[in-house]
Amino acid sequence: MPVITLYYDKLKSLIKGELSTKDLMDKIPYIGVTLEEATDDYVKIEYNPNRPDFSTIYGIARSLNGILGFERGAPNYVINEGGVEMIVDESTQHVRPFVVGLVARGITLNDELIQEIISMQEDLHEGIGRRRRKMSIGIHNFDVLKPPIKYTTVPPEFKFVPLGEKEEMSMKEILEKTDVGREYGHIVSSFANYPLIMDSLDQVLSFPPIINGELTRLTPETKNLLIEITATDLKADEDSLAIIAAALNDIGAKIESVKIRLGNSVKITPDMSLQQMEVDRKLANDLLGLKLNDEEIRESLERSRISVASKDGKLTALIPRYRVDLLHQVDLVEEIAYGYGFEKLTPTLPEFKKAGKYHDDLKLIGLARDAMIGLGCIEVMNYHLISEKALYEFTKRKPKTIVKVENPKSIEYEFLRDNIFPSLLIVLSKNLHEEYPQRIFEISKVYSKDLRTPNGIREDYHLATAVSHSTANYTEVKSILSSLLLQTFNLSINTIPTRHPSFTSGRVAEIVSAKNKLGIIGEIHPLVLENFKLRNPVSVFEVDLSKVIDIVKTES
Amino acid sequence: MKPLHALERKLLLSLIRNGGGLLEDVASRANMSMDQARRAVEWLRSKEMIKIEEKVHHKIEILGEGKRAIEQGLPERRLIEILKKLGGEAKLDELSKAFNSTPQEFSAAFGYARSKGWISISSIEDKVIVKLLKSDQSPLEESLLKEISEKVLFFEELSEEDKKVVNRLMKRPDYLIKKPIKIVNISLTELGRKTAETIKEVKEIDYLTPDLIISGKWRQHRLRSLDVEAVAPTIYPGKKHPVQLFIDEVREAFISLGFEEILGPIIQPAFWNFDALFVPQDHPARDMQDTFYVSKVKEPSIASPSLIEKVSRTHTNGWNTGSKGWGYYWVLDEAKRLVLRTHTTAVTVKYLADHKVSEAKVFSVDKVFRNEKLDPKHLAELHQIEGIMVGKRVTLRDLMGILSEFYKILGLKKVKFWPTYFPYTEPSLQSIVHVEGFGWMELCGMGIFRPEVTLPLGVKNPVLAWGGGLERIIMARLQIDDIREIYENNLGWLRKVPLCL
Repeated sequence: MPVITLYYDKLKSLIKGELSTKDLMDKIPYIGVTLEEATDDYVKIEYNPNRPDFSTIYGIARSLNGILGFERGAPNYVINEGGVEMIVDESTQHVRPFVVGLVARGITLNDELIQEIISMQEDLHEGIGRRRRKMSIGIHNFDVLKPPIKYTTVPPEFKFVPLGEKEEMSMKEILEKTDVGREYGHIVSSFANYPLIMDSLDQVLSFPPIINGELTRLTPETKNLLIEITATDLKADEDSLAIIAAALNDIGAKIESVKIRLGNSVKITPDMSLQQMEVDRKLANDLLGLKLNDEEIRESLERSRISVASKDGKLTALIPRYRVDLLHQVDLVEEIAYGYGFEKLTPTLPEFKKAGKYHDDLKLIGLARDAMIGLGCIEVMNYHLISEKALYEFTKRKPKTIVKVENPKSIEYEFLRDNIFPSLLIVLSKNLHEEYPQRIFEISKVYSKDLRTPNGIREDYHLATAVSHSTANYTEVKSILSSLLLQTFNLSINTIPTRHPSFTSGRVAEIVSAKNKLGIIGEIHPLVLENFKLRNPVSVFEVDLSKVIDIVKTES
Repeated sequence: MKPLHALERKLLLSLIRNGGGLLEDVASRANMSMDQARRAVEWLRSKEMIKIEEKVHHKIEILGEGKRAIEQGLPERRLIEILKKLGGEAKLDELSKAFNSTPQEFSAAFGYARSKGWISISSIEDKVIVKLLKSDQSPLEESLLKEISEKVLFFEELSEEDKKVVNRLMKRPDYLIKKPIKIVNISLTELGRKTAETIKEVKEIDYLTPDLIISGKWRQHRLRSLDVEAVAPTIYPGKKHPVQLFIDEVREAFISLGFEEILGPIIQPAFWNFDALFVPQDHPARDMQDTFYVSKVKEPSIASPSLIEKVSRTHTNGWNTGSKGWGYYWVLDEAKRLVLRTHTTAVTVKYLADHKVSEAKVFSVDKVFRNEKLDPKHLAELHQIEGIMVGKRVTLRDLMGILSEFYKILGLKKVKFWPTYFPYTEPSLQSIVHVEGFGWMELCGMGIFRPEVTLPLGVKNPVLAWGGGLERIIMARLQIDDIREIYENNLGWLRKVPLCL
């Protein structure tokens, strides 16, 4: 989740009332953010991705002023009509079709403010922008430009001086040689021509979504800004502009609109008009377990910086444009709760009429677990993901019904295990210096391909046991197995000689009950012991617990 | 008095029967090894049943000339033998020549023989004549020398007579030496004697046998007392894994609150893990970076066409849930991708879709996956606690109440609720609980399922839902700093960690 640093001095200067730092900090969680780190000078908070307007200290202060009752209702934003036009070339429509912009005048920039603006830009790129794929923002020194602005596409060979460079580079070179080019180049590299924003003198503002031109670099001397936002999604485009417009307004800038022209169609941005949504009073009271009247609902919403209009007994919420997260009336219910104060909500306990009930299968599995404990075995828990090496190579088995994850972060955890016993051998290999005898067991799901299931992969519970000490043998595990199945499930078994690459031949058997094949039992082959670097004999059984449960359920 | 050890009894009995003496002798008479005897002696001495006297005795050892005397006889013996051969009488210079040795040795031999009265001297003309007086007298010196060469003799243990002989022999150069040796002498004290007498008569046995019980012969024996304070060998019982122990504790808490347990697959189509929960298809949580995707085996069947349609339209424009929707083009193929479920909520919504309940309370505590690199704070495989309550009149405050009650059963009495955000609940809360010895920690997240989630599934009543990770509480309880240790399966740890923690 995104993190923002709030300096107490700055935050308090933005709060429109008197409040101690401590009281302020106590209130912060109640706007829905989490404290990450606090020092004497600043606090770091984590905010949720649904609130991109929290990407600046101004957005946080806006919300706090409401919750604290210092400001009420939706903030008012004045957008002056500006003269700047942006002419959109038709060719952009297949590459990155949407663009919006604004001009912000009269800003006194300093390093701190530049840092805040860049941090907001990065957070928006990451969140709404989905790492610039969906939306990206260019922030420019307006005074070095000559409008109108052009949004067009050019061949990759087109050259300009990118931000931070001294020499001209072709756009192709930028994608290959710069860090940002390598990181975000994939977004545009498949197109024949790349998007470009220029002024009327063909000076380059930016190569979205990769990099700005050096020309429009922000400096502490910059007074007036031009913001352009290109996107593949209109909502992301306009939402981002509204959030930036609100922040720049709170910084003290005068916002002027930009006229976007595509062929004959013209659009004026930003549009900061309030959005309307009906308030469902009953829903609010039902969900929150409160009995708020209209006036209380109005007050609560106003504290959440949402204005309320009432007409014919209906309440309508008037939502500021930077609130891009309100999709449904339930979102207004939460806004009411914020304004009312979550700290004022007291818990109530509903009636519990029904008796609880364990899942039948897990009940039976629990019985098997208790039996294994009674038989003197220690339960271990391993990861379901395992390496191919341990699962197949070390156990000398052939991969058959292998289930693989597409994107593991390590080859140690690449396959979903089809058997538990390889994991048990790993556990034994990690415990060579612990006292013997070692008797361990594990109950867990295993995975195998099966086209008859809805996903093509079946999941079964297995129970596996491994016994290791200087005289560990087949007979000992057979005693455990027979006792487990008979005492827990009233199931008698036969052990039919079989062959298995992981076990010593002549000392391995298939576990069978009536006609059901239930698993494998035997002494681990010395070669396999060597592969796992084990020094004591190991005998093992692994039984298909899901099948056992099926048998038990059918019989009862 | 502490019971006597078997070795102590054995030694006491031997001492009273066979008497005391040196440690070696005492040990061999008691039929014990030196080590056993040493231990028994030490124990009995601390109980003041035996006393140990240490004195210095002198062992007599034979030196070079002494050895020669044993082989060839004393020099005076050799002298008279030669004299005998010379006819019992010889001139001094003749005798000296026949003796064939140094003048010093000859004069010593001559001196001893004369002082013992074996020879006499007379002068005839200017010649000195030596005459044999008596012979074949077997002298004490020689027999004693022989004895010394055959066994260990201590000077102090000799008769007065022998002592004189030894002293005489010692005057001869290079014959004998007296070496001082420390002697440990063991003997019973009065207490020891009395104790030995009392145990002499008792027939003690180490084990009761079936035979002794059945025959009733146990009455003629007494079972030896044991050192009940002694340390017994460690045994390790079979044991549940601490995680399973806690899973079961949580399950019991749910049961006691009247919840029913549900169970479902780990491999889920993205549809149930994300889409049905109104998580947009370009949401960062669906990235390959965060979620494990499983290679497809076949085209999965995910849900009924009508449900797919409703979910699709809800994402796009809200369908008729009253929502604006996310406003994007929903792709079926994306929903068909298989994931290792990132939360058990995938199972919960499937349950809601299958049962379309108007009232329900269900829970699960089961495995979930996150595509994380393992480090002290992150695991790729975790357990999630999850519960839902469906009802016509359930409220957010009820949810807070249930959670408080749930935590109380788990021994977590202090709870705070803070607002937060989840894509599929609204309103949403985060619970923060106080864990003894750890402090405040974020635990379950919760909220009321969004209508965009429940209405397409056919569930009209509000659904209260909460969920959270299990491992964090285990770490706090067991005071583990590195989360990976929980699944290390270190047998030493598993054997020792108490079940009650």
